[in-house]
Parts: sequence; C-alpha cells; structure tokens
Amino acid sequence: MATKLKKTDVVIIGMGAGGGTAALPLARAGAKIIGLEAGGRYTPTDFIADEIRHDVLNWLGRAKANWEVPTVRSSPDGVAEKGQGIIMMNGVGGSSIHYTGQSWRLSPYNFKERSETIRRYGASAIPADVALADWPVQYDDLEPHYDHVEREIGISGKAGRIKGVGKDSRGNVFEGVRRREYPMPPLRNSGWTDLMAGAARKLDWHPFPGPAAILSREYKQRPACDYHGFCTFNGCHTTAKSSTCFTTIPEAEATGNLKIVTRARATRIETDSAGRATGVTYVRGGQEFFQPADVVILSTYTYENVRLLLMSTSAAHPNGIGNAHDQVGRYYMAHSYYTVNGLFPGERLNRYSGTGAQQTCLDMWDADNFDHTGLGFIGGGTLSASMENKPMAMATTTPPDVPRWGSAWKAWVKANANSVGGAFVQVPSMPYVDNRLDLDPTHKDQYGQPVIRITFRIGDNEQRLVDFLTPKMEAWLKTAGATQTWHDPVYPLALNSHAFGGTRMGADPASSVVDKWMMVHDVPNLAVLSGSTFPSTSSKNPTQTIEALSWRTAEYITRHFNAVKG
Amino acid sequence: MEAKESDEGPRTGLRRRDLLRRAGAFGALVAVPAGLVAAPAVAAEERGEVRALAATEAGTLNAVLNRLIPSDASGPGATEAQVARYIDRALAGPFSDAAPAYAAGLAALDDYAAAQYGAAFAALPPATQDLVLGDLEAKRATGFVPDSSAFFEMVRMHALQGMFSDPVRGGNAKFAGWDLIGYPGIRMDYSAHDQRLGVKLKPAHHSAADFNIFNPKHGA
Repeated sequence: MATKLKKTDVVIIGMGAGGGTAALPLARAGAKIIGLEAGGRYTPTDFIADEIRHDVLNWLGRAKANWEVPTVRSSPDGVAEKGQGIIMMNGVGGSSIHYTGQSWRLSPYNFKERSETIRRYGASAIPADVALADWPVQYDDLEPHYDHVEREIGISGKAGRIKGVGKDSRGNVFEGVRRREYPMPPLRNSGWTDLMAGAARKLDWHPFPGPAAILSREYKQRPACDYHGFCTFNGCHTTAKSSTCFTTIPEAEATGNLKIVTRARATRIETDSAGRATGVTYVRGGQEFFQPADVVILSTYTYENVRLLLMSTSAAHPNGIGNAHDQVGRYYMAHSYYTVNGLFPGERLNRYSGTGAQQTCLDMWDADNFDHTGLGFIGGGTLSASMENKPMAMATTTPPDVPRWGSAWKAWVKANANSVGGAFVQVPSMPYVDNRLDLDPTHKDQYGQPVIRITFRIGDNEQRLVDFLTPKMEAWLKTAGATQTWHDPVYPLALNSHAFGGTRMGADPASSVVDKWMMVHDVPNLAVLSGSTFPSTSSKNPTQTIEALSWRTAEYITRHFNAVKG
Repeated sequence: MEAKESDEGPRTGLRRRDLLRRAGAFGALVAVPAGLVAAPAVAAEERGEVRALAATEAGTLNAVLNRLIPSDASGPGATEAQVARYIDRALAGPFSDAAPAYAAGLAALDDYAAAQYGAAFAALPPATQDLVLGDLEAKRATGFVPDSSAFFEMVRMHALQGMFSDPVRGGNAKFAGWDLIGYPGIRMDYSAHDQRLGVKLKPAHHSAADFNIFNPKHGA
C-alpha cells in the first residue's frame, strides 16, 4: 500500500531539460513543487574523462535508463529485439548533463512545414505515408521564451538576424528573427573550424559558429569552457556546460519552493473518476509512495513519457492517459547521424580537444532555405564541422580502402589519425504513419514492466536529402584541403538520443495528445514536456526548443493555476 | 549496471613487496630457486592475471590480439599495451555478459583453425593467423553462433577499447595506444594556441585518474 504524502501544488516527473526548466518560473511564482528524479545528484568526480565509463557503459544511466532500453523493429509486422546504444541518463539535470550542448532555435519553417510545403510545392510534395502537421505553436509564439532561456541558462553564439538590425553574416543569416544578440559570444574558433569556415567562404557559402549551451566567458558565477575534450556523453566538471543542474534547478531550489526527491521511480500517474490527474505514485528504496498534487508535469524522456501514459490505465482512461483516440506513441521520429570524412594528409587537425558544440555550421540547405523544386524531398539539414574527436574515434575512422586491423591499419592510423576531419549532418525523419512507440508485448524491465517497443524506418525523403547533401559535404572538405573523402550509408537509428513524437501537440484531440500549451487534451491538469510533443522535427538539436516550450507551459500554469488545477 | 560494473576486478591482494617478502620467507625454509619466484612476482603486477577466461582461452585471445594490433614497425601493439588485461577486467566486470560468447567463440576459433589450417590458432604462423581472422571477419568461418563476424567484431571492438581507452581501465599501458595516434593524453584544458592547426603537443601521458578532481579511486 502506497504511503500517501502531503499534497503539493505541482509534482514534476523528471528533473532534466524540460522539468528542470519548468521548475524555475513555477518556483518564482510561489508554487510549491515536488520534483521526482529517478537518478541522484552528481559531482565533478563523477564526470571523469573516461570514454569507457561514459561513452561505452553510460554509467550516468545506471539508475534506470540502462534497464529499460527499448526494443526495435523496422516494420509493424516485425519482431522487435533489444536495442543498443546510449539514449539518456538519470540524475538531477537529466540528459542536459551529458548532451553536447548544441543549443538551437528551430527555423520558423519547422513550425509550419506542412502548410509551407503545400503553399510552395503543392500537397503532392508531402509523401503519402507521412502524417505531417503544423505545430499549434509558431516561432513567434516561442521567440520570447527562446530569448528567456538563452539568458537564464547561458548560451554562446552569434546572431544573424536581429529585429530592426537586419542580417549579419557573422551569424546565421537564415535564422528566425530574434529580439537581441546572444548573451555571450560564440565558443572559441579553432584551427579546424577556421579551416572549414574559410573553405565555405571560398565556395560563397555562409558559415557561422554554432550556438552552444556552454559558456564562452564567465557567466553568472560559472567559468568559461576549458575545452578539455570529454564533453559529449559526460557531465561538465567545471559547470561551464549550461545543464539545468547548474542553472535553473539550483535557482528554483533557492526560492525554497522546489523540493527534489532523488532515486524516485515514478510508476503511475493517478487519475480520479472524472479523469483528472490526482498525483503520482513512485517507488523509492523499495517503498511505494503517492504524491498528490493539483498539477502534474510529465517531463521524462520521449520513451518514458509514452510508457508512463500507456501504463497509467484506469476506469477513466482504459487505454492509458491521453490515449482515447489511440494517439499516444504515434508519429515517432528520430535523427540519423551522417558523416562524410575527409583526409588531410600531413596536417595536424588537433580535433581531439574542445567540445562537439565548438563548430562551424552551414544552414543554407536546412529547412526551406533553398528551392526544393524537383528534388523529390522536403526539409533539409544543417551541416557542421566540429571538434571533440575522442581517442577511440581517432583510431577507428578509416577509409574503406584501409584494412580495419593489423599492421596496415596500424600504420595508417599512426600516420593519419590526427588528420581526419568530417562534415556532419543530423538527418531529420518524417512522421511516417507506421513509425510509432508502444508497449513491448514480451520484453520487460527489471521490475517486470514492459519496455517501449520502437517501430521505425526511414524512407525516400531521408535518402534523397542525404544524396543531395553528400556532394556538398564532399566539396566542403575538398575545398578545405581533403585529398580523399568517404562515408558510410545513412541508416535508421531507431533508438536515439534525439527522439521525437509520441505525444504530439495539436488542436484536435482526435489527432494529437496535448494542446498548444502541452496540456493533455482530456486531462487538463497534466502537462507533457519533451521532444515527444514535436509534431515534426528538424535537423537541429531539440533541447533549447524543449526548454523554451517548458518555460512557456510553466508560465501558462502559473497564470491560470486555478483554472488548470480545476 | 550499477551492480555489475565492478571496479578493477579482484586482485591477488599481494603487492610486489609482499611477494618478495614471502619469497624470502619461503627461501629460508625451502630451497625455492630465487629466479623462479622473484621474476614472476614482478611480472604479475605488470602482466595482470587472467581471471575471466581459462588459460587456454586466454592464450588464444592473446594470439588474436597480437594479430589485430601487432607489435611492428609502427610501434608497440596489443601485447605492450596490455589489451588482454583490459578485456580480462572488462569480462570480469562490466562486460560479464560477454564472457560466455568469448569462451564459445575462442573454442570455435581453435576448432576452425585446426580443421582448415591444421593447428590451433595460437600455434599457426602469423600469416596464417591473419587468413583465419580474415575468414572470421568475412563471415566465412564456420562453427560460430550466430556467425564468425559477430565474434570477430566483438573482439575487435574490445581490442580497440583496450588499446585506446584510459589506462585506468587496464589497457593502453604506458600510453602506447595514445602515442600511436598522436593523442597527447588527458589534460584539464587546451589553450587557443593548442587548438590551432599544426601545433604538436608534447604527450602529457596522463590518465584521468591522475587528476584530483576526478578522484584517483573513482568507483566505476
């Protein structure tokens, strides 16, 4: 029998990028918040620069995520098998601890990809098996919140389009119009990022430094980045990475209104006979607790958001919360990671240092920044050339004509390991009607609960985009001095640290799960925060959009608290 | 993961000094030739002891590692870098799930080598060993479950990890792997100058465990 705790105003499940951001405006407004976090709190010692511990073992995911890795299949009639790869972690700060820290605003186009495609290319340009939908939130709605987040957590970058100022070619001239400059300049340029920026200019392209949730200078008593080279999949031992555990969460805790319960594994969102959320049941140290609350915020990762909704069945929600129209889990999307490598013989590129967010980017072929007429695909990709090539990657990035082991391989890496650079793109997937998440019928986690089953494939749209971008990536590298380029084929990465959809936002309850405020249609005091709410995706990293949406939802809840709690 | 992720694995609990002292004690009582005791006592620390695999399996694995990352004109290989020690500790710790696949795969490897090339893998000349490994890589070798390339890729991946991961994990001894690829070793920061093209940094030869902020006795 669960121990019933004292009622609180708001309970948040998951103190990561979404929940960790939403907590701050709520706490400032005086709401009493309980934050449930499956992991613990980490200190710099835990962020040791050890590729095995972090990149291979995902030690930061040991509390929960590593035990409930979803299964994967490529079609609805296939049998799913356990997936492999690092997807997320657990801890106060969530995956904002170990992410690379690329911090983007989406393009205005990304919020209305369907209507813009129809307007410009006709309805037939959208593949028949794709359920593309405009977002009920547009760029202009989110711009104030993007701005807020950039200042609250500390983002480094160079603006390309400031309102009333016009375009600035030192920044991204394709970005949506912003009200002001970033709070601090971009991360340091390196020899490699300069080389690739110079090559892009030679080609009359528009290179710019990528925006990063990493401090380029001291900001709010946190130090500037030291560029030590173990950023991705690892936490920052100096606090220079703008993870929520270093930014919004401690600020929210300082108000006295946020209390975080660590090692708390949420098992159910409870609802009453009218279907409204009453609180959250969780397990901590083998004991079950019920935390009643007026408002519940579900802000775990995409997979766990869907799993908790589907597992929280009741008389009012026999198929799971928000699932009256069989929408929970639908329209799953993920990034495919695609790299074209280049060999720069005899050149010491020194890419082993720095962070992956230290990069030169090109936005000319992202979104609808170019004419797609006759290309056979919609959407696009942001190209980048970045730092942080760790030792194991240095030793294993070899061209196809070099053996993968033995003396010939060894001689090649001795001569060339520090002379390989890459052009990279995150290929967004379309919301195919068959791509979805559900509960696996056979595979369970260590507590006997079903894990998420992913059904995912990519299609012609993604392949044609890659075919379109590849020659540009090759030309970029060759102009910079590469004598040889090579790449693997693009492949679907079902299990992904950039996972979207499953609790789509929309105006119509029959085709979405949450409304434009991220409140579940038929549970008006339950919010869902994460990439799971995205109706479509883009090439850009999602975190800053998740944080801006979270800020916006938290402000909505505080403004309309009595109406929301009912 | 937490429970499975052991530390450096069981040690004998004996340090070199203890072994020497013990050797001395034995020496006083029974006539153990000094050379037989003292030399292995030193080497045990350096070599690391195989714990997760049987001796014959370890012998076969060592032979495989020596061909994947040979000691040759390019410099030290898997032997000098103690890649086997890395794999051994991993199989006794975080990769314990893979231990049965190693045992089965190494047995299948010896069977295949004997059937096709006339001797157990470790007994074949290096050029023939390379042919055998090529068969595995190309999924041509029979007797493996699910197939030979799955086993080959697993061993190759772990060999690369052992060669190029932080020495705190048991491999990359004397920074042989990092020196091979020109990676200077763990540093707490890189200056703007360090990040320019062409700059050659003196190898720092530091493990992450050398830095106090990461606590040398880290638990993973």
